[in-house]
This record gives sequence, structure tokens and C-alpha cells, in this order.
Amino acid sequence: MSAPSPPSTSAAARAVLAKELRLERRAPQTLVAMALFSAMTYVVFHFALRRDTVEGDLASGVLWVTLTLAALLGIGRLFVADRDEGGLEGFLLAPVDRTALLFAKAGALLTFLVALELVAVPLFAVLLLGPTPGPGTWLRLLAVLLLADVGVAVVGTLVAAIAVQTRARDLITSILALPLLLPVVIAAARASAPLLALHGDHALTGRWPAVLGLYDLVFGLLAYALFDFLVED
Amino acid sequence: MSTESEASPPAIATSGLVRRYGERAALDDVTLALDAGRTLVVFGPNGAGKSTLLRVLATLLRPTAGTASVLGRDVRREGWAVRGRIGFLGHAPLLYGDLSARENLAYHARLHGLSEAASTERIAELLAAVGLERRGDDRVHAYSRGMVQRLAVCRAVLHDPEVLLLDEPRANLDPAAAEQVEPLIGRSSGRTRVVTSHDPAGGLAEGDVALGLRAGRQALLAPAADVTAEQIGELYR
Amino acid sequence: MPTSRKLYGTRLRVLSILTAVVLTGGFALAAFYAPIEADQGFSQKIFYLHVPLAIVSLCGFIFGGICAIQYLRTNDPRHDLRAYTAIHQSLIFCAAALVTGSIWAKAAWGQWWVWDEPTLVSFLIVFLLYATYQPLRFSIEDPEKQSRYAAVFAIVAGAFVPLNFLAVRLANPLIHPRVLNSSGGSLPGDMKVAFYTCVVGMALLFVTLWKYEMTAKHNRAQLRSLKRKLGGPDAAAIRGRSAAPRVSAS
Repeated sequence: MSAPSPPSTSAAARAVLAKELRLERRAPQTLVAMALFSAMTYVVFHFALRRDTVEGDLASGVLWVTLTLAALLGIGRLFVADRDEGGLEGFLLAPVDRTALLFAKAGALLTFLVALELVAVPLFAVLLLGPTPGPGTWLRLLAVLLLADVGVAVVGTLVAAIAVQTRARDLITSILALPLLLPVVIAAARASAPLLALHGDHALTGRWPAVLGLYDLVFGLLAYALFDFLVED
Repeated sequence: MSTESEASPPAIATSGLVRRYGERAALDDVTLALDAGRTLVVFGPNGAGKSTLLRVLATLLRPTAGTASVLGRDVRREGWAVRGRIGFLGHAPLLYGDLSARENLAYHARLHGLSEAASTERIAELLAAVGLERRGDDRVHAYSRGMVQRLAVCRAVLHDPEVLLLDEPRANLDPAAAEQVEPLIGRSSGRTRVVTSHDPAGGLAEGDVALGLRAGRQALLAPAADVTAEQIGELYR
Repeated sequence: MPTSRKLYGTRLRVLSILTAVVLTGGFALAAFYAPIEADQGFSQKIFYLHVPLAIVSLCGFIFGGICAIQYLRTNDPRHDLRAYTAIHQSLIFCAAALVTGSIWAKAAWGQWWVWDEPTLVSFLIVFLLYATYQPLRFSIEDPEKQSRYAAVFAIVAGAFVPLNFLAVRLANPLIHPRVLNSSGGSLPGDMKVAFYTCVVGMALLFVTLWKYEMTAKHNRAQLRSLKRKLGGPDAAAIRGRSAAPRVSAS
């Protein structure tokens, strides 16, 4: 057998991502927990707010609190299998760029978030949302969701990589991720509020997607620059 | 060590190697050289620094001071050049319990750049060699410890590495299984090897050079043939 | 034996005296020289304490981030110690800024907390984020890893600060007059003198405290290494855990 040439960063990232998704398909813990959690949170909101339907600011707030907390569950689980079963070392022993792990993990988290939202957002519309948004509004909401998801995926991967090395993983994940994700929550909630309003033009204010985009860009670059330091021993 | 060593650089060399965890030195001033194709067997009580030495050579830990090189490449500066050419077998099997043996090996094969065809062929060959071909599609969770260890051996030699770093490779293996992995990681594999051991007689028989560590310090470094089991026993006292 | 370092140098003493003079002078100017603000009366004077605290704590966080970058580049634990001391001290300044801000809000608007004051809200968020620095350090066992992860955190948090200010600012309609806009132009001349003296004094206070803390840390490390030399490795065993970076005395 001749010595194989090292795989490219994207090939390595695809290998890790495929493994992540296969693991989640094989033992679907994270996604199921995230979806159940969001459903239960809607029920809690219904009773805590004493409201059968919500709209506008309140609807947006309920949706984003639920999605953010559900994302925390996914962030907390992101590196657990690698930590417990030595997958991180297995990766570090391979002749590949360490950044591939960042791409793969952020990709996996992004996939989880999108999958979660495919369940949680329609469920929200059925259970709690007062107004019935039209297709154009749904598209705008989708754009906001995707922009927010990228930011959550990037920052979540960074936080998960930090937290997995600590003794109090769950605590550190929550207290680090929540403040760091706050700009995403602010921008996404403000952007979605008019879309979920009972009346009005359901327009998207341009500055909020811009803030989300800026957040994605800044933390994307930062994660790219810093991730190597988090996987070395 | 052989006399030809002047001609080609040693496969593994360390010089004044130190690795600290905080203020505790797990490795303290270790200097050694090993020629290609030879076996270095490392003795020492638990916590003497055996695993740390292997992990430094595997580029998993950075040296705090001193240098270490594998196949002529410095592990700190040229770790990327070392990684694809070493096979590391530590205490953890580095396998995912929820994936099958084949999936685990295929994942590592992709990370090491093996083509799809080469990988399938190599995996089949290795699983047959360790007697796991019929359990290859079972989840690793369902494996016994001995089976996991055999699979971990397959993982370590999957990419046909030139250098093997083996941390008590026969732990959890019964004699028959130890026999099975012999052609892959034993002396007959022809690879340069660093092996840790707690078994003085077996270890000395396996190695060309013996290294004794005590509290991270190099207490003994000599051709294995010149070392007696009593000398090894001294390390543990 | 590198024992030549003094417990603290004359420079630190000069700095301490200078700090005391400038800070006292600044507060005196604020109290007696600066005019009483027409709308808010005497209570507006807390501005000379609150805003310098806030500015200095932000600068401290940024300085901590820069030290963290230096640490990642050089792997020199002294940079980590600098970052640690700066961040942990900025956190105290930040808490003080929040308390004084809250007092000011009570005096000016009759409420202890106002959500429509974006700078104050941003400060709360920044405080909450940096408050996790210490628990993070504390929960990582290996000192080298602790330093590295803390450095990554400090850099990420440093980048977070301006983004957070932007998001919070955009989320709030500006209903209160900005005391200090980008040019500092809205401040009358008399106020400006007092204000800038207070800022300089507060910055000096930060630097002085920082230097004392650094000196104390170095001395403790030196003491421990001396103890170890006298009584073997167990003589200076660390009781309890600390999240502070350890520097060798050399």
C-alpha cells in the first residue's frame, strides 16, 4: 500500500460532518431532546403568560427564547461523544488541518438547528402564534432564522469547544453562550417581531439582518483564527 | 543501538525533553535515539511518564522544553508531517461506541486520506486478521474489551504507519488475541516501535533498546540484551 | 537566584502618589469647580465617577484582550497574568460603574434601573459575560490549558463588546441626551476640564492597582519558590485551588 496523501481540509471536514450526522441518526439524542424541549417550553409559556395566542413582540420573544434555550442543549452535546470516546484525539492524530473540525462541528450544529426549526417553528405557529403569516412573511422569517443560525452555530461551536474541556461543562456552556448569543437574540427578535405582528406591513427592517450578518462575519473570522488553540493539548 | 546510525538519522530522537503539567514534571530531561525498524521498550511504574512520552511523540502533547523528532521531523514545528506516518495506540481505543467497527475504521481511513476502494480493501484485510470480520457491522458498544482492543489495533495500523507508538498494547488481550495482533504491531511488523510495558521478561524480549523511567526521569537507557529483569524490577521499588 | 526584584519599586510609589493627587484633584474640580447641571442638579456630579469608571473598565477589558493575543502568540505566562489581572480588575470597575449608574438613574429618573439607557444595559451584558471569566478559569485543571482557553475567551469577549453595544444601541430609541458623544462636544468647557481630570485619575488608579496586583503575584511566586528550595516540593504546596495564573519566580 502506498502512503496516502493527506486529505484536504474540506474532505476532512466532510468526513467529520458525515460521522456527526451518522452518529446522530444512529442514536438520535440531541435532536429529539431539542425538539421536545421546545414543545415543552411553548406549553410553559402558555401557562406562565396566561395567553392562548401571542403576536408581535411577545410572539417574537417567545420564539427566540425557546430557540435559544433549545440551541443551548445542542451546544452542550456537541463535543460530548468526542470527549467521552476519544474522538478528538482520533481526529488530532490524523494529518488534517484542525480547522476542518470547526467547519464540521459548526456544520453539524447548523444542521441540528435547521432541523429543530423545521419542527419547532411550525409547532409554534400551530400552538401559540395568533396571526397567520403569508408565504412572503414566512420567507422573510426563514432568512432571519438562517442568518441567526449561522451565528449560533459558530459561537456555539467555540463555546462547546471551550466548555468540553472544563469540569463543569453544562454550567460553563450556559453562562458563556447566553451572553455571547445576546446580540443574535436582540437582532433576530427585533427582526421577527413585525413579521409576527397581527397588523402592519410585515416588513423586515434592513438593519437587523445587517447586524446578524455582521455578527456572523466577525465571529466566523474569530472562530477561524482561534479554533486551533482550543483543540491542541 | 546499531553502528549504522551515522548514515541515516534516527527514526525517533529526543533531546532534553521536558513536559510539565503545571509545576509537576511528567517528563524530565529525556534524551534518546532509536533507529528505523527498531523497538524501544519503555518501563516504569504508573505515573513515571511512559504515556506522556508516547503522547509527545504522537504530537498530542507539546513538549515544554527540549526537542523531540519523529522520522526527522520536529513534533512541535512539523507535527503535520509526523501525524500521517505514526500509529498511536493509547489506553483509550478512540472509537465511537455507536458506530460499527467498519464505520469507525472507514471514518479514520477518510481522515488519513485513503481512497474509498483502498479503504474497503484494507478494512476487510485488517478485520480478518484480528478475527472480527463477522462482527464488523456490529456497534462497538456491543464489543467485549478484548474485541475493542483488537479493533483499536486495526485503527492504529490502518494507514500503514512507519512508526508505532503503543501504550501497553496487549492489555485486555488473551493469549490467542495477542497472537493475532502480533503481525500488525509486533516485532514482525517491521515497523519502528515504541512500546510501554510492565512485564520485564516479555518487554525485554520484545525490545532492542530499554528505557526505564522513574518520576519522569530517565533512570535507565541501554540495549535490551544488556538489561536484566532485576534491573527493571529496581525501577518499581 | 534572581532575587534582585524589590518588593515594590520607587516607581510604583511615585505612581501611587500621582494617582492620589490627580484623582483627588479631579473629584475636587468636579465638586467645586464644575457648574451644577441645570436639569439634574447636584446629583449629576456622580457622572464624574460613573463615566470614568465605565471608560476605564472598557479599556481594561480591551487591554486584557490584547494581552491575551500576546499570550497566544508567545506562550509566555506573564502575558496571561497581565490579562488575568486586567480583566479581573476591570470587572470590579465595571461593577462599580453599574452601581454608580444605577444611583444616577435613581437620582435623575427616579428608578434604579432603566432599560432604555443602552449604554447602561450594554454594561450589564458585558459585566455578565466577563463575570464568567473566573468560573471558566476555575473549571480547567491544567494550568497551561487554563491560560490558553482563558485567552481565547478574552479575545472573543473583546470582539463581543463593540457588537453588543451596537445591537443594544440599535434596539433602543435614543430618548436621553448623550452626555458624551463621539466628539465630547456637548460638554461645556468647565465640565470638560473636571471630567477629563477624573478620567485620567481613574485610569491612573487602574494602572496603579494593576501594578500592585502584578507585584504581589510575582512576590508570592518568588516566596513559594524560596520555600520550596528550603523545604522540598511539599513545603509550598498550594492549599485550595486558585484560578489565578501561576508564574515562576525566575
